[in-house]
Amino acid sequence: MSNSSSSQGHDSSSHRWNHLKKVLERPGPFCHPEFECSPETLNFLMSSCKILVVGAGGLGCELLKNLAMMGFKHIHVIDMDTIDLSNLNRQFLFRQKDIGSSKAEVAAKFINARVPGCNVVPHFCKIQDFDSDFYRQFHIVVCGLDSIIARRWINGMLVSLLSYDDNEELDPSSIIPMIDGGTEGFKGSARVILPGMSACVDCTLDLYPPQVVYPLCTIASTPRLPEHCIEYVKVIQWPKENPFDASIDGDDPTHLNWIFEKASERATQYGILGVTYRLVQGVVKNIIPAVASTNAVVAAACATEVFKMATSCCKPLNNFMIFNDIDGIYTYLYEAEKNENCLACKPSSIPKYLKLTSNEMKLQELIQLLMDSPTFRMKNPGLAVNIEGKNRTLYMSTVPSIEVKTRENLKKKLSELDIHDGTKIMIADATTPNTIEIVLSIPTFMEMSNE
Amino acid sequence: MSSLSPKSPDQSEKSKKYDRQLRLWGDHGQAALEYAHVCLINATGLGSEILKSLVLAGVGAFTIVDGEKISDEDVGVNFFLDPDSIGQPRGEITTQLLLELNPDVRGDAIDESLDKLLTNNPDFFNNFSVIVATRLSEKEIITLSKKLWEADIPLIVCQSIGFIGSGRLQVQEHTVVESHPENQNPDLRLDCPFPSLKEYFDQIDLEAMEFKDHAHTPFVVILYKYLEKWKKLHNSSKGPSNFKEKASLRELIKSGIHRDEQGNPLAEENFEEAIRAVNYAISTSEIPQSIKDILNDGSCINLTGKSKPFWIIAKAIKDFVENEGNGYLPLRGTLPDMTADTAKYVAIQQLYRDQAAKDAEIVFRRVQQLLRQLNQPDDTITENEVRQFCKHASSISVIRGSSIADEYTFRNISQKIVTDLESPHNLMVYYVMLRGLDRFYSEYNTYPGVYNDQVEPDIVKMKACISRLISEWGCSSFSKDDFVHEICRYGGAELHSVSAFLGGAVSHEIIKLITKQYKPINNTFIYDAISAETATFTF
Repeated sequence: MSNSSSSQGHDSSSHRWNHLKKVLERPGPFCHPEFECSPETLNFLMSSCKILVVGAGGLGCELLKNLAMMGFKHIHVIDMDTIDLSNLNRQFLFRQKDIGSSKAEVAAKFINARVPGCNVVPHFCKIQDFDSDFYRQFHIVVCGLDSIIARRWINGMLVSLLSYDDNEELDPSSIIPMIDGGTEGFKGSARVILPGMSACVDCTLDLYPPQVVYPLCTIASTPRLPEHCIEYVKVIQWPKENPFDASIDGDDPTHLNWIFEKASERATQYGILGVTYRLVQGVVKNIIPAVASTNAVVAAACATEVFKMATSCCKPLNNFMIFNDIDGIYTYLYEAEKNENCLACKPSSIPKYLKLTSNEMKLQELIQLLMDSPTFRMKNPGLAVNIEGKNRTLYMSTVPSIEVKTRENLKKKLSELDIHDGTKIMIADATTPNTIEIVLSIPTFMEMSNE
Repeated sequence: MSSLSPKSPDQSEKSKKYDRQLRLWGDHGQAALEYAHVCLINATGLGSEILKSLVLAGVGAFTIVDGEKISDEDVGVNFFLDPDSIGQPRGEITTQLLLELNPDVRGDAIDESLDKLLTNNPDFFNNFSVIVATRLSEKEIITLSKKLWEADIPLIVCQSIGFIGSGRLQVQEHTVVESHPENQNPDLRLDCPFPSLKEYFDQIDLEAMEFKDHAHTPFVVILYKYLEKWKKLHNSSKGPSNFKEKASLRELIKSGIHRDEQGNPLAEENFEEAIRAVNYAISTSEIPQSIKDILNDGSCINLTGKSKPFWIIAKAIKDFVENEGNGYLPLRGTLPDMTADTAKYVAIQQLYRDQAAKDAEIVFRRVQQLLRQLNQPDDTITENEVRQFCKHASSISVIRGSSIADEYTFRNISQKIVTDLESPHNLMVYYVMLRGLDRFYSEYNTYPGVYNDQVEPDIVKMKACISRLISEWGCSSFSKDDFVHEICRYGGAELHSVSAFLGGAVSHEIIKLITKQYKPINNTFIYDAISAETATFTF
């Protein structure tokens, strides 16, 4: 790579990129008003524009290919996963021999070899392993993730990089656009987020339906579907019998086999048909069906938006596209709206309130509320308060030593923990890299009787 | 989903590799795919993106027909080429690099132009499952279209230029049994219960039940009971049909919820479900118009020795409807999940299942009878095929396509185009542009605006091409100069991400054609990446 700058110079002048040059160096009637057609645009893509691809799976592989073929040369990719046999029907940068290797590393190596001059830098780690200094270096972040938590975390990170002046005006140069793709079977979506400007992931949490959970009583006493029998073995029978002295590993055939057998027994006992090994796998691993074609479509839509954003050649998508090719080919565009009370993107200088009915509520219940509430949908909230200038941890599940020390608080009422109307609590959660400050709004007895 | 889905834990490597897609189209869909041989004409960026998703999915084989040698520009848009291969045959290298994706797939390349191949080997295309072509000239499109229409082989013609893409499917007839509809209403027959179901319902007395039993009775029972009660109250032979009547049925059901000593209604989730189900679960037994149309289709009524299994089974179903079915389709036989105790749910589920098996058996006997009358072998259609067909009878689909050659040579398509063009934001304008582009290419043997200094003069020529097309269609005027300018500034450029979008979409259309699952487009698809919009038009 020592002569990279000279090879780039040669590259952008060769015939190879003639296709791109035509749309970037010629004026057109539908270009963005601010678009200036010139060779400088392609030079910018090739020499300085820096893109982060989050996820090197179904969408990630496609995104890397698309971006490399659209002239981007400085691309980073993060993925903590390794390659599995069941990835090969769509994650086209991986081969049989790559099984077990890092997705990010294999993908980067493949792209760099196929598209000379392109420099994909792999990061075989978690998104949480990097701090704001890392994320700040990119012009655009594009996500191909299957986890809502990870999406929200990246969203929260990009929001935390925003800077506001003394008049609460957003500094536009601090905005890093986020392009987000998602697929499930033959359905998918692509969206463009301008943090602080347009609807963010947390503004539209209702768009990501929570995972189907079967009621415990159904699983335990009135199973009707084969899924109920499998769930029973998974959540009740396994912990009780602990057959292999380990928690369930969805990739271990002996584990799956055991669940398959026990679920089949239970199904027979209740006269329920349809427990198959494939279904067992699907339920235990929460498998989402996936095909190459949908990933190709959605990643392409995302890459086109990255290209538009980086070159200003066209107006970007405003701001959400739905795709579905079950019956013909269907797309639908709409503008997701910013939620003025969004926990993630409301400027931190403006306080956020959480209304509770009374401070007789137990801490455990408050935590459950943060997990169940459609506006919070938290994963494992850790809570602290600042009382009289001192920070005190109320509960934290992620650090075992602190968990043990704070466990007994769970059963205490908020009043017993010195929490009242107006108390500011600080929440840490897997869904955000930031600490969220919330002011509790608890009506006093007087107020309640006035109503 | 499939009767072939493995019940034993010994999963093959193959079923592990394809697991995520087998959950969508089943082992039988995969088998159809593995049996298919797809032909691509021209290994452009778009062409290889189409094949890519087929190769990954495990299509049996592909053949690329391409007489071009690899240029610098090709390497900039087709990911399945590398800079070292410049000057070599484009189809061959693309084939090699695509084959790396999946060792299960066979592939070969014919280093010959379509034109030459059609002359030297006119029967070449007759053995493929589907032909897909990119960057054809108007003349090539017409020749190929005529040939494949006659041979009854599906053809998809695609184009990707600048920010615009299109795909046009030509297929004489495409029938789908498993269309996998989303949000399908359950087939419960509460308005016309079959004898065993009626008998079951009749022996239940909701009023005599203890709370626990009451709250664990499946909503189908509740809905049936209150529907009957409603009919009696309203002296009506059919159930509620309008909003007001449905609301009154809901109220009636609500009144049946058990109450505590203070008179407050208890929580009975099954009653809540029954109230919600009023909207979709009663009076849905009537045969949908789209299915009536299929059953009354000429191909269904007038079977011949050459009739395809789809039509023979459809005829058997038609006969079933008119005889044993008393005007209804064979029962689907599935029951959605609902709040209930296991015994009650499983008992009712079994009733639906048994009746569906009975219905399917009658249809199967009728199928065998028809096969004998038509002098077709008995084993042409299996019992399992008939069962599947009966299960999906309310969502089967038939697409009758049209020939591209007709679209290009007859001029009676104008009315549709004119109407669509009048609405301000309609992608039909790009259909006209792409047809204009075909015409331009036929006349000048190049795309407009290939060189910078030709953009302006080519806009004038392109406008003339479009004017001529428009007048051939019998339309009067056309003033979409901005669009002409936009198409000309592309200078024939192909953008990779636009091709990747279209390639993914087209490859799934091919999978639909091969597996005969899910409904394909009918028949022209346009993608505008500037606005991220798509549209489908039927010619």
